[in-house]
Amino acid sequence: MKPLLKVENLSIRLPKGGDREFAIRNVNYNLMPGELLCVVGESGSGKSMTANAIMGLLPKVIEVDTGAVIFDNYDLASLAEHKARELRGNRISMIFQEPMTALNPLMRVEDQISEVFLIHTKLSSKERHNRTLALLEDVGLPDPKKMLRAYPHQLSGGQRQRVMIAMALALEPSILIADEPTTALDVTTQAQILKLIKALQKKHNTAVMFITHDFGVVAEIADRVVVMEKGEMVELGSRDEVLNNPQHPYTKKLIAAVPPLVAPQREVKVHQAPPILHVKNLCKTYSTGGSWFSKARIVKAADDVSFELHRGETLGLVGESGSGKSTVSRCVVRLLESDSGQILLGDSEIQSLGSKELAPFRKRIQMVFQDPYASLNPRKTIGQIIADGPIAQGMSSKLAFEKAADLLELVELPKAAIDRYPHEFSGGQRQRIGIARALAHDPEVLVADEAISALDVSVQAQILDLIETLKKRLNLAVLFVVHDLRVAAQVCDRVIVMQKGKVVEVGETSQVFEAPAHEYTKSLIASIPGAHWRSGAVDVTPTLITEASA
Amino acid sequence: MNVFKSLSRNKVAMVGFGILFILVVIALFGPYLYDGTPWKMVQRPFIPPFENSSFPLGTDTLGRDVLAGLIYGARISLLVGLISTAIALLIGIPLGAYAGYYGGWVDEVLMRFTEIFQTVPSFALAVVLVAIFEPTVYSITGAIAIVSWPPVARLVRGEFLSLRNQEYVLAAKLNGQSNRNIILREILPNSLSPIIVLASLMVASAILLESSLSFLGLGDPEIMSWGYMIGAAKTVIRQAWWLSFIPGVAIAVTVLALNLLGEGLNEALNPKLSGNREN
Repeated sequence: MKPLLKVENLSIRLPKGGDREFAIRNVNYNLMPGELLCVVGESGSGKSMTANAIMGLLPKVIEVDTGAVIFDNYDLASLAEHKARELRGNRISMIFQEPMTALNPLMRVEDQISEVFLIHTKLSSKERHNRTLALLEDVGLPDPKKMLRAYPHQLSGGQRQRVMIAMALALEPSILIADEPTTALDVTTQAQILKLIKALQKKHNTAVMFITHDFGVVAEIADRVVVMEKGEMVELGSRDEVLNNPQHPYTKKLIAAVPPLVAPQREVKVHQAPPILHVKNLCKTYSTGGSWFSKARIVKAADDVSFELHRGETLGLVGESGSGKSTVSRCVVRLLESDSGQILLGDSEIQSLGSKELAPFRKRIQMVFQDPYASLNPRKTIGQIIADGPIAQGMSSKLAFEKAADLLELVELPKAAIDRYPHEFSGGQRQRIGIARALAHDPEVLVADEAISALDVSVQAQILDLIETLKKRLNLAVLFVVHDLRVAAQVCDRVIVMQKGKVVEVGETSQVFEAPAHEYTKSLIASIPGAHWRSGAVDVTPTLITEASA
Repeated sequence: MNVFKSLSRNKVAMVGFGILFILVVIALFGPYLYDGTPWKMVQRPFIPPFENSSFPLGTDTLGRDVLAGLIYGARISLLVGLISTAIALLIGIPLGAYAGYYGGWVDEVLMRFTEIFQTVPSFALAVVLVAIFEPTVYSITGAIAIVSWPPVARLVRGEFLSLRNQEYVLAAKLNGQSNRNIILREILPNSLSPIIVLASLMVASAILLESSLSFLGLGDPEIMSWGYMIGAAKTVIRQAWWLSFIPGVAIAVTVLALNLLGEGLNEALNPKLSGNREN
């Protein structure tokens, strides 16, 4: 079979002064008609670069150095703009990561989609309407007739991504490029969108180039896989070859870092001591949009949430966006005021304390934040950032800085880093600094709010290890807020599953994963991409693992 | 520092900076270097520029030395511009910071208060204020400060609103740091860049305001200023246009220089903007 698209020896040069000379270097692969090719890599691997070159979306300062992208006897890398425009959208189309920003907020769904026909075809307005309607049906949107009249803000993230896919497929392109199209979506929505893309690809025999960082997604949908590392293509092969028998050390490392979906059997701890953190009937409602003239929309972000946390235990708080898991974690550390309920830290009730009385309790419960780039003040040195807390609690500045240096060592960073500024560190290193800051108070409870979700999978594994080690060493109680169920399965002793502000299931991790009791938990677990592919056990064939876990 | 490097590479901003530097030198040392007094009648009136070598820019309607007027005028213009901006910042930054950081009713009250000032045309308010208090250099500076702080308060409030939920600020709260500490050490340093840019533009508009007030005869009668010179020459603009033109050019050049510098600062302090520029 003749390849549809050939990437030949493509190198793209970065502007001078960047961290490396080439964005991608000597990349070679083919896209066959009707196949789904996954381009996978960590952030900065250059996985999106090829796609951008194909679509002519490279920033002006970045140039194609050598090589070509051959499509239909054209070289897309050097094609004139007016010619490229004809191919774009028509023969090759693209969907993006952010469904929230990829649609024009002022245009109705119908106008957005039929604009594609308006530009590229000579269809009459009636035909355009019919084609648009058919597309919406095709992508499985509920009540397509009503959807035509909807504005983007009236749709959910998943629905918007469906609209994007409808737009991309409007002209039946031969190639669809999908750049992390499900990364911003919840796991159940992601499962639906992946299914949709796969189904449409089969139906229209479209070649799909699917860019992702998630090996679970690769296992779910790919026919063939390209693995990128720092701009170089390190591995190319069929899905089963790459996933189950990776050749390149980098691929091996990446796959090993994907947490397997089997919760390890842990001994059920019998806690003698009373729980260090006891949350009883916590409630928090948000009201938005209310004014003198309209009734406020009330959202119950936490609805009668209760749980206990013991020292030396990791409790996972899992759920999709909007489940209220972050709200609960922020109420627990008193960054948010809860409406009612009790939060017992040791023997003390802290839910109702005013800010003055709360001050001495602050240091006993600390938090690690999600975004390693936003959680450190860019204008302060690392030492200051870590020492600020103890100083605010009354420690002398000299002692606090000595402590900061010790903490840096504890989180496996060089002591010399103490005088440097946050921007000199990578995401993973910054997260270590965030952990050191939280530990500066010698807390009893550590709340990790999605503390690893902004990191690459190999860095995730390191940070998880660090948290686990520190937990054992310092006998911490860890409340681990996480949306990634694979991670939850690995690190948590117990998990709480939340949906729409309510706790729907609590239990030992292995029990929740093997025999979920609640419907919602079942659907969550079933939606995990690549659930059938139990990664992390590269040496074992897939059948063996299924047997072992059964 | 990166900012200075990036600023020094911006030619336009450096032109602005150069002009300002010269102006500051003139304002500081001019009266000592140039032997002339702005108020004394030294020659016959209406000597055009470049005719009499001891009065290079000629004399005005009363026979006073125009160049001396310009030099002393630079002093008052820059002084009023800088001090009134400093006062406006001292009022606007705390108000905006409190409103943005605490939100809720504090925000409501402070912002409604700010809006009272914003609804009155600023020049009219300045005129009224100066007219009520005697027109002295103090009342003029004060009046300009009072009419120009509201934009500062709004800007700072916006910055604080967006920064107060940044995770590093939340972390500082969890650390048990006082609100004062969080405002001064966590948030304020990170919102300085737009404030600096705004301040440089405010100096320019303060100079314009001062000139306009003096033009209307509301300047300090003890002090020679550019606006006063234009105001005094307005009746003879057909016979001696240069008497209005020369101080006019001085004002325009100063304001332009401040604007160029402000724009340059904006680009230097805002990495997104300077990254997009390819030259």
